[in-house]
Amino acid sequence: MSEITLRVNGETHTVDVDPSTPLLYVLRNDLGLRGPRFGCGLSQCGTCTVLMNGSAVRSCSRPVARAQGTEITTLEGLSADGELDPVQQAWIDEQVPQCGYCQNGQILTARALLDDNPSPTDAEIREGMNRVLCRCMTYYRIQAAVKRAAVAMADGEVER
Amino acid sequence: MSGRNQLPAEVDRALAPWDGTSSRRDFLKTSGLFVLGFTGFGAAGLRRGPAGDDRGEPPLYPDPDFLQLDSWLVVHEDGTATFYVGKTDGGQGTGTATRQIMCDELDIAYDMAKLVMGRTDKTVDQGGSGGSDAIERDAMVARRVAAEGRRVLLEMASERWGVPVGALDVSDGVISARDDPARTVTYGELVGGGRFDIALTGGNVNATTGVASVKPVQDLKLVGQSIPRYDIPGKVDGSLEWAVDVALPGMVHARNVRPPFVGANLVGVDESSVSGLPGFIRVVSRGNYVAVVCEREEQAIEAADRLVAQWEKPEAAPFPRSEDLFDYMRSADPVAVPGGGRPLPRPVGDPEAALASAATVVEAAYDVPFQGHTAIGPAHALADPSDGQMTVYTNDMKPYSHRTGIAEFLDMPPDRVRVIWMEGPQLYGRTAADDAGFEAAYLAKELGRPVRMQWMRHEETAWDTKGPAFAFDLRGGLDAEGNLVALDYRARIANYAHVGYNQARTVLIAQLMGLRPERPSPGGGRGPDDMYHIPNRRQETLPVRFRQAFETPLRTGNLRDPNGPQTTFAGESFIDELAAAAGADPVEFRLRLLRGSTDDDEAHRRARSIAVVEAAAEAYGWDPRPSPKPMAGERILTGRGIAYAYRARTTVATIAEVEVDRETGRVWVRRMVCGHDCGLVINPDGLESTVQGNLLHGISRTLHEEVQFDGENVTSVDWRTHPTITHTDCPEHIDVVIVNGDPNPDRPDLMPYGAGEPSHRTVPAAIANAIYDATGVRMRRLPLRPERVLAELRAAGV
Repeated sequence: MSEITLRVNGETHTVDVDPSTPLLYVLRNDLGLRGPRFGCGLSQCGTCTVLMNGSAVRSCSRPVARAQGTEITTLEGLSADGELDPVQQAWIDEQVPQCGYCQNGQILTARALLDDNPSPTDAEIREGMNRVLCRCMTYYRIQAAVKRAAVAMADGEVER
Repeated sequence: MSGRNQLPAEVDRALAPWDGTSSRRDFLKTSGLFVLGFTGFGAAGLRRGPAGDDRGEPPLYPDPDFLQLDSWLVVHEDGTATFYVGKTDGGQGTGTATRQIMCDELDIAYDMAKLVMGRTDKTVDQGGSGGSDAIERDAMVARRVAAEGRRVLLEMASERWGVPVGALDVSDGVISARDDPARTVTYGELVGGGRFDIALTGGNVNATTGVASVKPVQDLKLVGQSIPRYDIPGKVDGSLEWAVDVALPGMVHARNVRPPFVGANLVGVDESSVSGLPGFIRVVSRGNYVAVVCEREEQAIEAADRLVAQWEKPEAAPFPRSEDLFDYMRSADPVAVPGGGRPLPRPVGDPEAALASAATVVEAAYDVPFQGHTAIGPAHALADPSDGQMTVYTNDMKPYSHRTGIAEFLDMPPDRVRVIWMEGPQLYGRTAADDAGFEAAYLAKELGRPVRMQWMRHEETAWDTKGPAFAFDLRGGLDAEGNLVALDYRARIANYAHVGYNQARTVLIAQLMGLRPERPSPGGGRGPDDMYHIPNRRQETLPVRFRQAFETPLRTGNLRDPNGPQTTFAGESFIDELAAAAGADPVEFRLRLLRGSTDDDEAHRRARSIAVVEAAAEAYGWDPRPSPKPMAGERILTGRGIAYAYRARTTVATIAEVEVDRETGRVWVRRMVCGHDCGLVINPDGLESTVQGNLLHGISRTLHEEVQFDGENVTSVDWRTHPTITHTDCPEHIDVVIVNGDPNPDRPDLMPYGAGEPSHRTVPAAIANAIYDATGVRMRRLPLRPERVLAELRAAGV
């Protein structure tokens, strides 16, 4: 066991765990976060996704020691001051989730995608989201929501 | 025992996130024994107490009484209401829809109610979910109960004012006198902190009713509106607490260790291989069931990985290799079932004679492999054994049988076991959620501490129950005019020892411990469901078995629309083959078969079948011509195909438009149109979402999903070896056309029929028929992965 310091959703936490522990279990079981969930433990499905310095990262396969010194954002940290992120709002407007178990990964991957490419084409959305799986198969609505969020974020820029 | 009856405050809050008022438990606590009893209606007086048991102790978790209005519906002093239904919502919006129809009948605003689902100690036993019947059956019970609540409240106002009920109006929970609209009273004021003591009637929960009539469909205001689902915000902002999230003080983590070879017997466990690991608590083993328990989750994962155990390999292979599956199924002796299994439907006419005299005979064989549930989140549960009771937190879609099954397995009185349903990964039938709950409860009882169990990905994919494999052989005969005069359908199904839900002797842990049901399920299944008029017809489905019937990852269980996609793939592909042989347009050929008779039934399935086929064709812009279409020279070939079916009383026709890459074999379903008639629609957007999910799941099963196995084990263990549809497979357009093909579409008693699953079954044939239209090559073996499609195209010289 060793002391590990993490920055998560703008707060600093110190935990005493084996440094090889996957980040996912520390976020869930030590910090009590619910956004990232276990899906495969193999970086195949994306259910455990978090943002690390703004990039979508699979926390099931990332040792906690290698998360130190980064800024981690989970689904809970995406909304600020009770304001939903435009991606989250788009997910509600399009009524995307069914069971919702994978949507953490879908939303955070979409957020990272839009940060990278604010106005993606349909093909870029498909490609950019392709490694995040959904077994309720809500892909059709997810893709519509990504487009909606892109528009909302562009409108927000104009207003600002 | 005091205190244990209550859930941890955090969980309790999480289960009632939409309650702006006090929880029901607090409500009952503060309201004491004050009962709203009114002579003249209902059974006034003391409520029936739950019966004690032979221990002479009152039951800890008595069953809510479905014959009491109060078990379903509580109106609070502030005018809000809480509804209690014994259902679960796997994300198809059945909770929102049920709340809509209850608010509509009770006459309160949608925002004034909340709905509690699937807690065995709080909600009446409606069986949980399954069969797409949440709206068709269970929400109609809830609707009648809500109508009774409205009736009682109107009677109370009538009594208070001395005004006949007929002279009262009610809107949004406010009753007014028609001749003096200024005179009003709210539901909350009428109830004034009391509770209903109104007896309902009904021989079983599905027949429960009060004396009130439900409203005519035309008077429903919330029904028919696309009200946003109440569960979505918490799923999007991370605030919802799921079954997978629950943590209790003293909780420990468990992981299973499965036999490395199917049918292996455990010889010994070397506990010293893991006992020095940090956080190690115990290895639990009995029969061939093995699990490790550790303080922390990652420790349990590591210990399960490192545990050394000796297993004795069985002498003979448990089942054929997957590449030999269909040869095996066709050559094996079908299961002889003592006393007969499911009776075979009687043939219509004389199929053999009709085939012998047909102008054209078409024969074809179709194969569908085993397919997995493979939930996105592996099976999990948390069991709390404190104070001689057992509480299981689970996403199991059937919490009531989960409760009774676990009680039987652990030999506990059922009233000391309760199951708390919470949200979880998708549930499309009999999943491993059943198994994980039993395992958690068993381990919790062994350790005397709360135990959280979660399966790993390789377990979920390999050991979850499977949708059964089918091998089909069909023959059809056309007369000289191209009319279908005979159809002979013979299917073999690999679902011997099919496991039901939450059976104490067939859950995986029980099987591995050596328990067996008195008689294995014989298996069997129906043929395709259609309204075609075919004068000579025979349908036969025979089960086959493998050497290893138990303790096998090829155990089968209900998977979304059980058997529907397989049988409809064969049935509707073959109808397409016959249409092509007759030189007929596939839509016209089907309509001719549907119109060949004027017989119909109480659900008007024939009229409604014709309506969905016509609606889908019109929405698609179907241009009548036979398949295949003349082939172009391009790399990407396009085509369209249709499939039609009914399930129960819902009718569906789906058209798929595909692109086939002749160089790679990749198939992309670019567009789908689904004509769907499920009668009355409560929430159109919720229905559309559900149908979209069923269609896409159908694409996944058509293009990707297959469980593979060698002679020792299942080798499909993750998303690479049991792939699923991804974002790039998603169609560009999906049109769900909601049809009301009832001959009297405006009738005030229009009923809802089970929705969603019926559409699932049409997808494989619609896609295969579209590929035939594009390429002239008939795909008769699922899944249609690129390498298989490419091989078929090459073999046909395309």
